[in-house]
Amino acid sequence: MVEILLIKLVVAGLVFAAVLNLAGFHTWVERKQSALIQDRIGANRAPIFGFTMLGMFHGVADVLKMFTKEDIVPDRADKVLHTIAPFFSVFFALVAFAAIPFGPPLHLGDRVIDLQVAKIDAALLYVFAMLSLGVYGVILAGFASRNNYAIMGGLRATAQMISYEIAIGISLIGVIMVYGTMDLAELVRAQGQLLGGWVPFWGIFAQPVGFIVFVTAALAETKRLPFDLPEGESEIIGYFVEYSGMKFGMFFLTDFLETIVVASLATTLFFGGWQVPYLTEDGFLFPWGGQLPVQNWVYVLLGVASFSIKGLIFCFLFMQLRWTLPRFRYDQLMNLGWKGLFPIAVINVVVTAFVLAFLGGSS
Amino acid sequence: MAVKAVQRRELTFWEKLYIPQIICGLKITSTHFFRNLFLHTAHLLGRLKNVPASVTIQYPEERRPLMSRYRSRHRLTLREDNSPRCVGCMLCETVCPARCITIVPGEHPDPDVEKYPIRFDIDLGMCVYCGYCVEVCPEDAIRMDTGILDLAAYSREAMRLDIHELMGPKLRKPISDCSLEFPHICASADGEMKGGWDSVPRSKGS
Repeated sequence: MVEILLIKLVVAGLVFAAVLNLAGFHTWVERKQSALIQDRIGANRAPIFGFTMLGMFHGVADVLKMFTKEDIVPDRADKVLHTIAPFFSVFFALVAFAAIPFGPPLHLGDRVIDLQVAKIDAALLYVFAMLSLGVYGVILAGFASRNNYAIMGGLRATAQMISYEIAIGISLIGVIMVYGTMDLAELVRAQGQLLGGWVPFWGIFAQPVGFIVFVTAALAETKRLPFDLPEGESEIIGYFVEYSGMKFGMFFLTDFLETIVVASLATTLFFGGWQVPYLTEDGFLFPWGGQLPVQNWVYVLLGVASFSIKGLIFCFLFMQLRWTLPRFRYDQLMNLGWKGLFPIAVINVVVTAFVLAFLGGSS
Repeated sequence: MAVKAVQRRELTFWEKLYIPQIICGLKITSTHFFRNLFLHTAHLLGRLKNVPASVTIQYPEERRPLMSRYRSRHRLTLREDNSPRCVGCMLCETVCPARCITIVPGEHPDPDVEKYPIRFDIDLGMCVYCGYCVEVCPEDAIRMDTGILDLAAYSREAMRLDIHELMGPKLRKPISDCSLEFPHICASADGEMKGGWDSVPRSKGS
């Protein structure tokens, strides 16, 4: 029993460390990627012992600065809620990772270790419940600040996130119908099949429309640039005006964490999670007849690498989109959510249902 | 004023779909991104140094080239014996619209030169960089071609350049010892300059 607990703790610690470090790394990526896109150089000054490491230490400097800054709570703010709101944001964004499988089961001796922190049957529902709860941090931050601008920002965020939650939910019904499961580990395993012997049966090939709707709506969930009306760092005032120091930093961190959640979700649901094309538990089985047996630990390693690479590509894509697209106007945002994505998602569900019924259904 | 109706172009079907347009935008940003990524990597490896990867000028280390007629900090030009060319004619002080030049002329030992500046001070805090002093000088004794742009100081006093700083553009206050070679007041008055900014009478107005 203690062993199981220890193993779970190690797995959870690994996920926690990987995700938080990646989120910190995102600050560097954001600076450098935007700089390269705009023909600039980007942050490159902060040195440690004379080494600047392409400006990678600026993230460290940021964190040090934020921790040492004065933490200001407005006089008339609700002290408890004002303090708790950023923790809510970060907590729910982090907890969502628990249900995402990042590798195939690892065989250690005669013990089988699931590379997933929590094995939940309705993991998909759990992840979305956590992502939706994240909006509490935002609205509480706006509400507890007793600042009209902050509460307006909070309201914008709530309206936006609830609108797009519906589109996300419906866009995923198609995926659930195709694979017949809400268990993410099961769902990834189901994507290991081959379609017609050649194409891996990934969500992107089964549900291309669902994928586009999901990515668009999920980008809106992360509150990043084409959809950053809740914060609007540069000109309109968002829900965290009254925050300073590391509390502000936590909201900032939440943005990056949510980007990573969405990237791993897109990977899990539409790009086969940890699946490597043609790689089964026994080794590579190529459709042209080739065969290359691999050991279990190689299989697991390849799986984790596959998941990480796909996730990182999505992070890169989201960052690229963030520096490509201008912000939506609020009516455009609502139009896109309710008149664009929502009907498309519904039609997608209906078409999927018809096709499945026509083909005899996979579940 | 007549009202001009602006015809807005109808979006085509492909533009209304939005996704192709996003891909077009991504193509532009990605082209820049990967081109610059490649060039930065090449620069790190010491290749393709002549192709710039960014438009950034890393200011204190790199500087933009200046136009030859750019007016930067003043300097006093020198004769072959390192004494100033200035003959103390007071023309620049007279023409200066900001009244930032103060000259105290003295008798030059060489009868052909007549005068030389005992003091030649420019208050950069008041200077407007019009360049009239350069235009008006009959001896080509003052120029604004040092290329020094970063004129910052912690006090107004430090913005006042005396003749040492004007003759040697690299000198900065405080100047510990005077090494000017011409018959200069520092040498003749035991290393002390006669008068200060307060005691120098202004020629006009104030």
